[in-house]
Amino acid sequence: MKRSVEDIELGLFVEALKQRHGYDFSGYAEASFRRRVQGLCIHFRTDNISQLTEQLLHDRIAIGDVVSQLSVPVSEFFRDPPSFATLRRAVFPVLASYPHINIWQAGCARGEEVYSLAILLTEAGLYDRCRIYATDISEHALAAAREGVYPDRELRQSASSYFEAGGSGTLSDYFHARYGHIKLDDDLKRNVTFAEHNLALDGVFCEAQLVLCRNVLIYFKPPLQRRALDLFHASLVRGGFLCLGNKESLSRHDIGDHFTLVDRQGPLYRRVLDTDA
Amino acid sequence: MREGASLVVVGASAGGVLALRSLLSGLRADLAASLVIVLHIRESGVDSLIGLLNQSSRIPVREALHGAPIDTGVAYVAPGNYHLLIEREGCFALSVDDKVCHARPSIDVLFASAADAWRGPLVGVVLTGSNEDGARGLAEIRARGGRAWVQSPAEAEAPQMPEAAIRVAGADAVLPLADIARNINQAFPP
Repeated sequence: MKRSVEDIELGLFVEALKQRHGYDFSGYAEASFRRRVQGLCIHFRTDNISQLTEQLLHDRIAIGDVVSQLSVPVSEFFRDPPSFATLRRAVFPVLASYPHINIWQAGCARGEEVYSLAILLTEAGLYDRCRIYATDISEHALAAAREGVYPDRELRQSASSYFEAGGSGTLSDYFHARYGHIKLDDDLKRNVTFAEHNLALDGVFCEAQLVLCRNVLIYFKPPLQRRALDLFHASLVRGGFLCLGNKESLSRHDIGDHFTLVDRQGPLYRRVLDTDA
Repeated sequence: MREGASLVVVGASAGGVLALRSLLSGLRADLAASLVIVLHIRESGVDSLIGLLNQSSRIPVREALHGAPIDTGVAYVAPGNYHLLIEREGCFALSVDDKVCHARPSIDVLFASAADAWRGPLVGVVLTGSNEDGARGLAEIRARGGRAWVQSPAEAEAPQMPEAAIRVAGADAVLPLADIARNINQAFPP
């Protein structure tokens, strides 16, 4: 069957991103990726994907803007509160047994989830022992996450989620209000390291007791999902935990030997204790 | 996806639960098409919605799971707080991309992805609702040769959504719910 013009254009765009800028999106699942590229055409006011490719090749649009729009979008503080409650209940007591705790949040976007976790770790008395690596493919997202400034409506919307997640303080105590925005308290950023990391290309960089990667794998085709899962496995200590988005699971991957399901709410998996792989 | 399998995508908002119960109760048990439904609901509501719809449907109603294949003779419902899309391989994909028409799941997102990805016969159905979600997606379905059946605004609990669909996309038929069910049965016999 002949391919449609847009299919051909989309393939050429992916190739241009890869050859010109070293970003490989070929492992991304098509339906959402196509929507985001169509969104780029609207954003940059091009008539079609070919014009977008041409502007990308000749540096008339910034690669950072393109990557930012193609990558994981904004999240919310304490999104899916029950999965945070699961972390508190099932993971924190195990983390407490380590003198130093490494946590990797893969695909941190603008930092809402990583700071949500930092708040709960603070309340559990564990934050001082933690180093949280928050990585993302988009430098724009990372810059926003480092800054930690959000519209103040996000705080209002998140107050009930915070309590549902098991928060024991007052959410607004972690923020400073300023002109319709809220700025995260610097204390919560103290042990967070933000860094660029591409799950399609980059490798292991830390040994972690907990890896969180939520609502990222749904954007990948199975082979890239598998690459990311192998990375997480290699990064986790034995008995380390992996938390996915609440509509994601390992059930379509043949890695049952490497992880066991701890709790469907999360869902939360644990690297099995007795293998060297 | 079986080559040439048939798909009916359905969008509903305000008043949608009753409308969907009515639509599903009119469908034959041996329908030779899949239904995929987006209803604007709260995040936690999908399980009870599926329970409710199963009470009135002769075809099984299930949640659309990320990566799962789309089976004929099943009605799937989008989970709350995720967009639902269809991949060329004939399976579902979820996304947490920004809301469209203030909605996630958005009817436009489902309809547009179905228009792009589905190779067999395709029908878009817009039911009651008090916004304009679905209108643009329905236009894309029509543009690629799919059919558009819209609930008659006079019958709809909230007429804005069907009205917007008719205005933006046009429709192959504007019908009461009972006739939409009958049309689906006649279009996709076993």
